[in-house]
Parts: sequence; C-alpha cells; structure tokens
Amino acid sequence: MSKASTWFGRRDPDARGYYGAFGGRFVPETLVAPIEALEAAYFEARRDPAFAEELERLLQHYVGRETPLWDARRLSEACGGGRVLLKREDLTHTGAHKINNALGQALVAKRMGKTRVVAETGAGQHGVASATACALLGLECVVYMGTEDMRRQALNVFRMRLLGATVCGVDSGSCTLKDAINEAMRDWVARPGDTHYLLGSALGPHPYPLMVREFQSVIGREARAQCLAQVGRLPDAVIACVGGGSNAIGIFDAFIDDAGVRLIGVEAGGEAIRSGRHAARFAGGAAGVLQGTRTFVLQDEHGNIEATHSVSAGLDYAAVGPEHAFLQETGRAEYPFATDAEALDAFQQLARLEGIIPALESAHAIAYVLKSAKRFGPDAVLLVNLSGRGDKDVQTVEQILEEAGRVAN
Amino acid sequence: MSRISERFKALRAKGETGLVTYVTAGDPDLERSAGIIKRLDRAGADVIELGVPFSDPLADGPVIQRATERALAAGATLPKVLDMLAATRADISAPVVIFSYANPILRMGLDYFVREAGKAGVDGVLTLDMPPEEGEAFRTAFAGAGIDTIFLLSPTTTVDRIRKAAALGSGFLYGISRLGVTGVRETVNDSARELAERVKAETAMPLALGFGLSRPEHVKTVGQWADAAVVGSALVKVIAEHGQAPGLLDEVERYVRWLRN
Ligand SMILES: Cc1ncc(COP(=O)(O)O)c(C=O)c1O
Repeated sequence: MSKASTWFGRRDPDARGYYGAFGGRFVPETLVAPIEALEAAYFEARRDPAFAEELERLLQHYVGRETPLWDARRLSEACGGGRVLLKREDLTHTGAHKINNALGQALVAKRMGKTRVVAETGAGQHGVASATACALLGLECVVYMGTEDMRRQALNVFRMRLLGATVCGVDSGSCTLKDAINEAMRDWVARPGDTHYLLGSALGPHPYPLMVREFQSVIGREARAQCLAQVGRLPDAVIACVGGGSNAIGIFDAFIDDAGVRLIGVEAGGEAIRSGRHAARFAGGAAGVLQGTRTFVLQDEHGNIEATHSVSAGLDYAAVGPEHAFLQETGRAEYPFATDAEALDAFQQLARLEGIIPALESAHAIAYVLKSAKRFGPDAVLLVNLSGRGDKDVQTVEQILEEAGRVAN
Repeated sequence: MSRISERFKALRAKGETGLVTYVTAGDPDLERSAGIIKRLDRAGADVIELGVPFSDPLADGPVIQRATERALAAGATLPKVLDMLAATRADISAPVVIFSYANPILRMGLDYFVREAGKAGVDGVLTLDMPPEEGEAFRTAFAGAGIDTIFLLSPTTTVDRIRKAAALGSGFLYGISRLGVTGVRETVNDSARELAERVKAETAMPLALGFGLSRPEHVKTVGQWADAAVVGSALVKVIAEHGQAPGLLDEVERYVRWLRN
C-alpha cells in the first residue's frame, strides 16, 4: 500500500469544483454553508499527516487492504482472448469498494465534530459500509433507501440494522437510489449542524466527487503496482461498472496519465436502450443539473428526470458523476453498456469459472469482457474492477432465473 | 423600477405587511391554476409565486412534493406553465415570480426561457438549487429582460453571502425562516427573527420571510421584522383538500383573505 499522505491533491477540479463543463455546486441555500465547511475540513484533513496515517491504518487492518489482483485464467479462456485480471474489491471488509469512501468520510465527519451521519443507498453496500464506519467510530447512522431497493436487497437492510443503523424507506418517485439521495439531502437541510451527509458515489455537489474519488483511488494505485509486478507491464484497458461512478473513478485515477491504457466504464443497459428501461446515461442522456451537479442526466424534453431500470440496484440511477462526463467528453474514457441479460449471464459464468460470485453491479464489467475481450487481441491485458461480492444478489438472481425457467441445473 | 420593487415600495409607504403566496402550477391542473392565481390576486396577494413542477424537488417537503406529482401527472411542463400565465397575466395586477429548480429552465434553454417568460409577463425568477455562485448566467440573462433574480437566504447563510445576494439579486430577498424543507409548522421559529435582523443590518432591500407559515398571526408576527410573509405549503394544502371540489376557487380566496385579516 502506498503512503496515504501522497494520494491527495494531485488532480483537483477548479476552485468551483468543475471538471471542464461538469460539476459545480447546485444546492439549496441552506446547504451552501455546510458544504463550504465540509470542503474546508476535507482540504485541511488531507494536508494533515495524522489523518492519512489513521486512514491507512484502517484500510490495512480493518478493511484488509491491499486487496488481491487475481489472474482469472478460466475466465480469460472463456473470453476467447486476452488476460483478464480481477481487482478483488469484493474481498474488502463488508464486501464492496464502498467501505474505502465510507471510512474516509466518517473520519472527516468525526474531525468536524459531527455526531450523526445520513447516507443514501441503492444496492445497500454503501449503507452497510456507512453503518459499519459509524459503528466503528461511534456515530449515529441513518440510511435512506428506496422501498423497491429494500425489497431487492433485503439482506443488506438486515445487515444495516444489525450494525445499529436506522434504515428509512423512501417511497417517492421510483423508490430507488435517486429518491434516496433526495431524502438524504432533505434530512441534511433540516439538521446541517450536527449531521454529515456521507454520499456514497462520485456524485453530488463539490467537494463530493473529488473527495469520493480520492478515497477510492487506493484501488487504482494498488492495481497499477500489482499489474506491473505480476505482468511486467501496464494493462491495455481498465474496465469497471459505472453507477454514480465511484469504483470506476477509483480504479481509473491511477491510469489517467497512462495514455496507452484505455479506460472503459460499463453502464447498465437494462432491457436495452428503450426510454425508461435502462440507466445508460451516455447513450440516452443529455447535460443537465441533478442533485447538486451538472452532468449527464436521463431526462425528458422538459427537464424532468426519467425513470431508470437495471437489474442491479447500484447502477439504477439517472445521472453519472461529473468527472466521468468530463472524461467522456474529452475522449479519455469510453462508456459502453451491458444489458440485464448479459449481466445475469456473467454473474453465473464468473461463479462457475472462477468460484467468485460477483455483485450484479460488478457483473456488468464482467459481461463487457466476456463480450468484447476478443477485440483487444490475444495478448491484451484487461484489468477489471470486481467492485463487490454477490451475496446480496443471490436471492434476486434465483428468483429471476426461476421465473425464466432457467434455474441453474 | 420593476413591478416587484414598486409593490414593496408601496407596502413600505403604507406600513403594511405584504403577503407572498406560493402555488404549484398545474395542481390540480393548469386550467384551475389559472383560476387560482386570479383569485390570489383578487384576495390581495402582493406577489404570486408560481412553482414549476419538477420530478425531483429535493428542497421541498411532502406537501409540495405531492402537489408536484399531481401537476406532472396532469401534464404540466414549464412551457405550458408559461402559456397559462401568458393567457392569464392581463387579469392579474400582482407581480408574478417563477419558482423553479434549475434543470427545467436549462432544458428549455436559458435564452428561450427568458424570451418566453418576458412574453408571459414574468416579473422575477427564483431558482431553488442555483445559489449566487452558480447563478451568474441566469442573473445576467434575466436582468437583460427586466426580470428580477430573487435569491434565498437561510439561517445558515453567512454575512458575506447575505451581502452577495443583496448585491446580485433584485426585487426582494426571500428569507427561509428555519432549517429544513418546505412544509407547514405551528409556530414561527426564533431563527426567523434572527435572520431578519442579520439581513436588515446588511441591506435595505425588501425581505420576505417564509417556510412553514399558515395563519394570520404568523403573518403579523413576521411583519414585525420583514416586509412580507410567504405562505406556500399551507395554501397548497388547501388546494389539495379541495382539488376536485367545485368550491376550490372560493376556498382559496377565503383562505387568503383570512390570512390578510
Ligand atoms: C458492488 C457495487 N459496485 C458498484 C456500485 C455502483 O456504484 P459506483 O458506480 O459508485 O461504484 C455499487 C453501488 O451500490 C456496488 O454496491
């Protein structure tokens, strides 16, 4: 693990939080002061060696970093070309990359003297990570979650409650991640004094996209060094699923300056790119402002946010982190999509080929390599971020397969 | 001088507390909205705030969220709201402020919005998720068309930012009298007075205070510290309760007259 103190401040947005034309801080007046205070506290924390040291201690001894880089030979063979390496974020404590950010922000909240944390969650992994960080640091934790997501990620709801968090169901709008974020912001507007909003992806008003990226950048830093050590060269492509974009920006970050490395973010194609039944923002969206940031948003002709759909709750969201919008616009990264059916297939294939059950979110990245690895040539090295484990999805997948009459064996 | 500024000047001259009323446009439908705003005017509202329904109203509480859902379901969009206003404007003497989230305006296109808003007789625009730091393009475009840009102030707003809002905004300042989203409350919060005093120390610009007000005594209380009181969720609730009833317009008018008592 590289020294945490050298991670920060290498690629900041401009002073107003813009990445090119994307980002900024579009918030109700009441939140301006708390967000300015958060920005100041974060910038102060990241200059403090003691903060970096504490974060490093937690990541190493509590989260279990560094996570392995697994040479997935049977998967590579099934792909019909290339060498696929899996960055095993599924092996972190709590089972997804979300814990890297949750601990970082909880430490900042603690420094600010906050006693209460609110968080939103889609798949429940960020909710579990937040509840975990709050239990560890002695903070009160309230998690907002869409009722549709509570149904499909029931295991994680129970985990959060076991960890001492209060889970509040949100049944407005589509009852998914976007609506949970609205509700978390409403909570924060009412109690900005004692509460920190622990946002779980590289989304929202500045400084969240920056802060979340910097806390997740440990993934790419480790993976880059591991790839050089194990393969002797950099990968040809780095591939990750993109909900809000935190696991993707976390692994991309270390490779941004490596011009020869393609950066590929895989969005949720849902039931194909039909209005309202997918979450492929780059394929179907337009620039707009949602939940504090200017970015690519799925919206109708009057600027109302469109319904989204994905089999994976963590990718079922109408906007994407502003830095991804910037990377796409400048051509540095590309954003294809994988459909529900492709992700379900990849979910099962990875289990059988490698003995790893991935999160449905991560299965979208696996689906992409299964579909497209050949195009990179037989000698290509493809680095895939396996952002989380699939325990939470086992019931959902079983149900879908049963309904489709395709039960495994 | 803008119609909004004139109205506040007249209120000060008479020593009266103004009443700013908020309704969500298109709730229960655009036709009845047109009737509602005429009645607000007739009942003596000093400023009419017309909320543009948006799918993700993150600064609003349940009352206005539900109104927004009803309006969207009934087909209200920003262009249709402006059309409705254009057709009604000649019958209304009070200044009209469009109350919106940023995205519907951006999606329509700022320049096109400004042209259409000008034609519809819009006097001011308040964009909930567009603080002064992000709002320069909006402000410039509105100013070019003689439309006031109204900024929000909250108990968390620092003195520096009160000054900024006063320097950049025009017409009046809208003070959020307490933390939290929109919604009806029983009493007027102490933070309202404190905010009003902090604002008055920085600027002579008219101040309207709102969030949670629902009764004539709230209006009177607020009038001790500010130029006007804003009533939103409570009025939206009256509309929700009588939405489908034939007496809707009468109820709205009666409620506003009662507030003015
Ligand atoms: C395992 C896993 N991967 C990916 C995501 C998507 O989020 P992001 O795009 O921020 O990585 C989630 C979100 O819930 C998740 O749980």
